[in-house]
Amino acid sequence: MMVLRESIIMKIHYGTAIGALFLTVVHILMRLTQDFHESLQYENVIANYENIGYAVLLELLLILISVHGFNGLRVILLEMNQGPTYEKAVTIGCLIGMAALIAYGSRTIIMTSMGMV
Amino acid sequence: MATIHPKLSEELSQTVVSSTKSVKLKIKRSNPNVNSEQKFDDFVVPIEKWTTVLDALLDVKSHLDHSVGVRYSCRQASCGSCGMKINGKPALACFTKISELNSDSITVEPMDNYPVVRDLAVNMDRMISNHKKVMPYVIREDSEIDAESGIREFLQSPENVDKYIQFSSCIKCGLCNSACPTMAMDKTFVGPQALAQAYRYIADSRDKGKNKRLKVIDESHGIWRCHFAGSCSQVCPKGVDPAMGIQLLRGYLLGIRD
Repeated sequence: MMVLRESIIMKIHYGTAIGALFLTVVHILMRLTQDFHESLQYENVIANYENIGYAVLLELLLILISVHGFNGLRVILLEMNQGPTYEKAVTIGCLIGMAALIAYGSRTIIMTSMGMV
Repeated sequence: MATIHPKLSEELSQTVVSSTKSVKLKIKRSNPNVNSEQKFDDFVVPIEKWTTVLDALLDVKSHLDHSVGVRYSCRQASCGSCGMKINGKPALACFTKISELNSDSITVEPMDNYPVVRDLAVNMDRMISNHKKVMPYVIREDSEIDAESGIREFLQSPENVDKYIQFSSCIKCGLCNSACPTMAMDKTFVGPQALAQAYRYIADSRDKGKNKRLKVIDESHGIWRCHFAGSCSQVCPKGVDPAMGIQLLRGYLLGIRD
């Protein structure tokens, strides 16, 4: 079932963690460009999405966290139970969950940055 | 308190007991082949300051209850047969002095993460099969016996030996696997014992089987399931540090070691 070797998956896991950490720091620093409370107001949040650079940052953050999070969930579930059918179901389920979350999040980012909300 | 059989009490009367100290030994009893019942039997045994837990168990077997199931052999921490949980911690019974436990009551149980055969004896098939899986021997095409030049040596520098020597002290007692939290959860995890042995041979400069072994351990229930709890290294009676071996092995798989 497993197409990638576990070491490749874990390299992706560690890489996405480092990437997400870096982008989260940038994301938080962006809050400091104005008063924190003010930065969370609806108009300012929408304005952030309409900044293409910031939208790309959010999209990357979404992908990195989804890949890292769902692989983490796969690892936990593989430890809780074993068996070929179970493992296949967990792997496929996590891949579907990851794809669905990225698709839904991307839809939100794209629609907002295009002024559709 | 277990009752003493009349015949056994005859033997007891012949025992020379010089000690004035005694300890209560609580032994977990079970026989899964008969029923699922588990209980603790208590025995009071005389001790000296050099008495080990194995000595106390053998005292019980000799004089109080022959039926206690315990596996042992060398009595000097070389064979790795008498692994068990002593006061909640995996240890070798022959290598644990009662006087060092600082307790009047000693609880002995079979090791965790192994199926119980009877009482304190466990089935170690899983560990042995994982040990075999990592090919615990030097792999190379040529041999020390050469047709032309006779016998030759595969020489190693002291630095080369230092890379793996502590891992070659493993006596396959299985205490590390018993202490491992991942082994408790994941029934197919390869385990710290086998991983440490994989490192021992990969780090050996005479060995050429690195890729074969890395392939074995680089799977979904292999090396990556270790959470580095470090309990394996804490309980090893021979000073082996499987947790470190696992981290060093990860270095090969992540491409940061050659």
